[in-house]
Amino acid sequence: MSRSRLFSRIGAGIVKELSRGQCTAFYRTSFIQRPYSARWQPQVELHPETKGHQGTISQKHRQFSSTATGSDSADGSDLNEMISVAFVDKDGEETDIKVPIGMSMLEAAHENDIELEGKDYNAIFLDQHISFLVDYNWVLCFCTGACEGSLACSTCHVIVTDMEYYNKLEDPTDEENDMLDLAFGLTETSRLGCQVIAKPELNGMRIALPAATRNFAVDGYVPKPH
Amino acid sequence: MAIFDQAIRRLSLSLSLSRRRSSLSFSTLSSNPLRVCVVGAGPAGFYTAEKMLKAHHGAEVDIIDRLPTPFGLVRSGVAPDHPETKIVMNQFSKAAQHERCSFFGNFTLGSSVSLSELRELYHVVVLAYGAESDRALGIPGEYLSGIHSAREFVWWYNGHPDGKNLSPDLKSTDTAVILGQGNVALDAARILLQSTSVLATTDIASHALEALEQSSIRKVYLVGRRGPAQAACTAKELREVLGIKDLYIHINEVDLHKSPEDEEVLKNNRIHRRVYELLSKAATSAPSHPSSSQRELHFVFFRKPDRFLDSGEGSGRVAGVHFEKTVLKGAFLSINGVVVTALSHLLYVAQHLNRTVGPGKQIAVGTGSYEYLDCGLVLKSIGYKSLPVDGLPFDHEKGVVPNIKGRVLAETSGDPTQLEKGLYVCGWLKRGPTGIIATNLYCAEETVASISEDVHQGEIAPTSTFPKPGRQGLLQLLDNRDVRAVPFSAWEKIDSEERRLGNLRSKPREKLTTYENLLKVATE
Ligand code: FES
Repeated sequence: MSRSRLFSRIGAGIVKELSRGQCTAFYRTSFIQRPYSARWQPQVELHPETKGHQGTISQKHRQFSSTATGSDSADGSDLNEMISVAFVDKDGEETDIKVPIGMSMLEAAHENDIELEGKDYNAIFLDQHISFLVDYNWVLCFCTGACEGSLACSTCHVIVTDMEYYNKLEDPTDEENDMLDLAFGLTETSRLGCQVIAKPELNGMRIALPAATRNFAVDGYVPKPH
Repeated sequence: MAIFDQAIRRLSLSLSLSRRRSSLSFSTLSSNPLRVCVVGAGPAGFYTAEKMLKAHHGAEVDIIDRLPTPFGLVRSGVAPDHPETKIVMNQFSKAAQHERCSFFGNFTLGSSVSLSELRELYHVVVLAYGAESDRALGIPGEYLSGIHSAREFVWWYNGHPDGKNLSPDLKSTDTAVILGQGNVALDAARILLQSTSVLATTDIASHALEALEQSSIRKVYLVGRRGPAQAACTAKELREVLGIKDLYIHINEVDLHKSPEDEEVLKNNRIHRRVYELLSKAATSAPSHPSSSQRELHFVFFRKPDRFLDSGEGSGRVAGVHFEKTVLKGAFLSINGVVVTALSHLLYVAQHLNRTVGPGKQIAVGTGSYEYLDCGLVLKSIGYKSLPVDGLPFDHEKGVVPNIKGRVLAETSGDPTQLEKGLYVCGWLKRGPTGIIATNLYCAEETVASISEDVHQGEIAPTSTFPKPGRQGLLQLLDNRDVRAVPFSAWEKIDSEERRLGNLRSKPREKLTTYENLLKVATE
């Protein structure tokens, strides 16, 4: 088939869709075909490219589920064990959340609609004349670490606000440090949220999102250049 | 099957509506939305779209690209053996599938549609089309055959439809020289040196895999103008190349000697410190000679290319590179401390204006002593360059669009505060070709904040009184010109076909590498 005929077939499809009705009909069609919120879609499939790393990811899940369901826990006492962790947002406001043992802070943030990456725009601007509102629903869609916890980005960067808790964490691996190198606003108690896994000793830990650190001092930490 | 699919989609739609979307969703389908066009479907474009959709509840965002496939350098830049870096495509796909977002590929800004037309069609145009050209060295012999830009080489092994024809000659030489020591240079070195059985399990283009299987290249030189304390790569990439199985690494130990300025750099910059440590560890732990079958990677510091040498007999093929040895000049002692020379003071100021972290650059200057390196392949990894389009203010020296926080500055006015209304930039076109994928997140955040401010302050005309045709107008215009745009659903077909083909070869994906094949699958 010639290239120009290929072109015209694709184009025709789009134009047909447009001419079928009003603009709105077009949007709605695309909405029905492509629901956005992945949370309520059938499990989003990881790209097969991630195979090599799926091991790591599922291992983490296994670790989590075995503790959380208690299926292979001898006495069942760990059942549903949770610790409490405070997430400090950019304005210094804290949200206390319960995190099951074995779950990463990235997952915990997801579960609780806390956005790790970047700042957010909650109600910065509000102008009815231009129908310009903040869509709160979006917050939950964007608290994804870009690499979904496979240590290949730095968008899940968090700061442990208390040196004492920071010291209770296992040292970051070389691979985590490689990613921390690239994190925005790195501090001495920075970690990657996908690598900080809830354990009993961490009960009461406070975690700040990078943008928040501009406004408040980290306990026991003097900022140093990196 | 199709019916089943639809049912699932409807189900998930109603779930998402009832549980998450609330009534807000329908009110978003306003008849006069803020219409936004993002040019370039790479990380900068997608992060911009994502942030726009999120910050502007009513906005309708179209992402356009010259290729039929989205994701820019995530698809054609990220190395095939870095699948985890490509996971971000999931996030970008979700944005593309959002009800107020569309992707249209396969047509080019500048030829299919002009910038002024786009600005007529949309309230806001954000240019995020990156850097698709290369900086030149400007030295004799640069255009001999066998010399390629690293960008072309990367496109070639990643199956970019414009890269397939590069066909670098890997068979008539055993030595490659890579100019530059950044991550792109390291990627190229790794692809040349890695065992092809490892590469065969990645989504590397099959034409590249075949060529690499027959490659006679055993030695790669990575050459930098400055020293190990200034190397431009990151620890992750360096660790990877150093970790290639059965590879002999050579680093001249004298190059590892640290000057007081180097000490200062390493103290203040975590990335440089960790890279230096890896290099010095590799230098001390390496055996003194390679075994006979081993492939070799040589890090060569303090050399700048002076000219390329022809193999003679008018063949027009490169036979080697002539280098001048360098020393570092223009150092200053500390980022907050004493400045040693006037030059360094300027550098210091420049650095701060650019908001780059860490102590400033020491410049490599020639010493007048020269050296020659034989090779049959040269990859220039000295930086990408953006290209302007008609009607776009452009700073040719810096290779960026002059802008303030993403707002494009008008060129002709002579007034630095004069802005091009409704026109913005993001990514490499805005700040130059540096940084990682996540850098674009902050870059997009800044541009979107500027847009938001301008909308709020009425700099962008209210959409209710000044509606624009947006998507419908664009598609109509393209149709009139017989230019055929390809929607995201076409990419989804390409995606599943590539996975299917990959599956047959135990690869995650077999990329379609020609426009013909891509468009054929897109229309099936
Ligand atoms: S999510 Fe990418 S490193 Fe944590």
